[in-house]
Amino acid sequence: MARSNKPIVWGPFAAGGTLTAFLSPALILLTLLAALGHAPDLFAYDRLHALAGHWLARLALAGVVFLSLWSAAHRLRITCYDLGVRADTLVASVVYVVALAGTGGAVLYLARI
Amino acid sequence: MGERTVEFEVLRYNPEKDAAPHFQRYSVKCREEWVVLDALNHIKESVDPTLSYRWSCHMAVCGSCGMMVNGEPKLACKSFLRDYPGLIRVEPLRHFPVERDLVTVIDDFVAKLARVKPFLIPQPGAAQAGTGEYAQTPAQLKRYKQFTLCINCMLCYAACPEYGLIPEYIGPAVIALGHRWNEDSRDGGRAQRQEELAATNGVWDCSFVGACSEVCPEHVDPAAAIQQVKIKSTIDWYTEHLMPWLNK
Amino acid sequence: MAEQVGRRPHVRPITSEWIFRHPRYLRYMVREFSCLFIGAWTLMLVCALGRLSEGPEAWGRFLEGLKSPWVVAFHVLALAFAAYHSFTWFQLTPKALPVQVGEKFLPDDVIAGAHFGAWAVLSLAILFFAGAF
Repeated sequence: MARSNKPIVWGPFAAGGTLTAFLSPALILLTLLAALGHAPDLFAYDRLHALAGHWLARLALAGVVFLSLWSAAHRLRITCYDLGVRADTLVASVVYVVALAGTGGAVLYLARI
Repeated sequence: MGERTVEFEVLRYNPEKDAAPHFQRYSVKCREEWVVLDALNHIKESVDPTLSYRWSCHMAVCGSCGMMVNGEPKLACKSFLRDYPGLIRVEPLRHFPVERDLVTVIDDFVAKLARVKPFLIPQPGAAQAGTGEYAQTPAQLKRYKQFTLCINCMLCYAACPEYGLIPEYIGPAVIALGHRWNEDSRDGGRAQRQEELAATNGVWDCSFVGACSEVCPEHVDPAAAIQQVKIKSTIDWYTEHLMPWLNK
Repeated sequence: MAEQVGRRPHVRPITSEWIFRHPRYLRYMVREFSCLFIGAWTLMLVCALGRLSEGPEAWGRFLEGLKSPWVVAFHVLALAFAAYHSFTWFQLTPKALPVQVGEKFLPDDVIAGAHFGAWAVLSLAILFFAGAF
């Protein structure tokens, strides 16, 4: 037996799990309010655009997107195994690629703001 | 003390005759203060001497009488009949092959336990000069004490779905016992144990269901040990690969 | 010694029914399914950033698009699952990060409680900063 390289995927999973535990409910509540027609003031184009233009906010948003997507992807991979899907390598490749693609998209969009 | 008739359904399997296990029903007059093990002993003595099961101490210390009682992993000597108003269904511990009746094959667990070297690997220089004694403060003792309470009953293996899904998984009790020695101030064997604990089938097969800690009859917290090993192994990995200047 | 009797251990098959064997396994699956909602919401966030980068009109269309009963239903579910994720995550932190002070370990409730408190403060701060109230 040898030490595994699992920490590569587990580290961001644990970090993302902690981050989403702190942030997700509040952030989801914000878009729920918008969906109900009571968009919070921050969602006004000028304010949000100005905020997302700041380098620190961009870094934070990219970080949140990456860690959230990665931890969701890793959990989904394990759930698939729990539910009897044995093609772990295939499942892992698909979910991690989606997480990275989503992060790439977010970085690209943030660069254009 | 009152008596009442209790219905039992016990999984029977005779490898010489049965193609597959089947349930056998026993209707037994039991004393109210009995535990499931008392009822099994009564069945074996007075009803059906062919019934096989393991037991030894009758006081939740030896860890031999682990079995499924109404679907939950339990020590038969700690499961009071008064807590089970209806039919009591007794099966061998889940996830282990059935040798005969309630007796399981535990070779897998025993082999895995040996792999994490669950004994003191002295840290060079930790012993006091002259006497050769190892001094340990109460705080240092407390650090690992709860993990010493494991009695190797394997209830956590029967509760863990990941062990059922991945037979190679080293499992909760073995990790807790490896962690027990890693957390001992006198011990210097962590690097050797990490080869097993931080391997793919070490802590990484755990998905933190937490069932192991819920069913432990000695209130050990294997799930805690596993998460702590995961975090430390992750810090190890990133230090080793991303911050080589920190390596000696 | 008696003659060795034939050993023929019976291996019971593992099926997906374990999920329903005890409420704890069902709770675990619910916790794990939170990833679908948090993941989907985050992908929606990426789309939102895209519309934001395209200008005021695209952003306005995005906000209008949110106002559908399906989106509201998704959000209600996502909020419930995300809150359950937070609850379970913080409840389990004392296991992963025990704190020993002197001889004793801090009680689990103190460590979990500190996380729940920080969660509440942070959530209120986000809502306040966003001008939700």
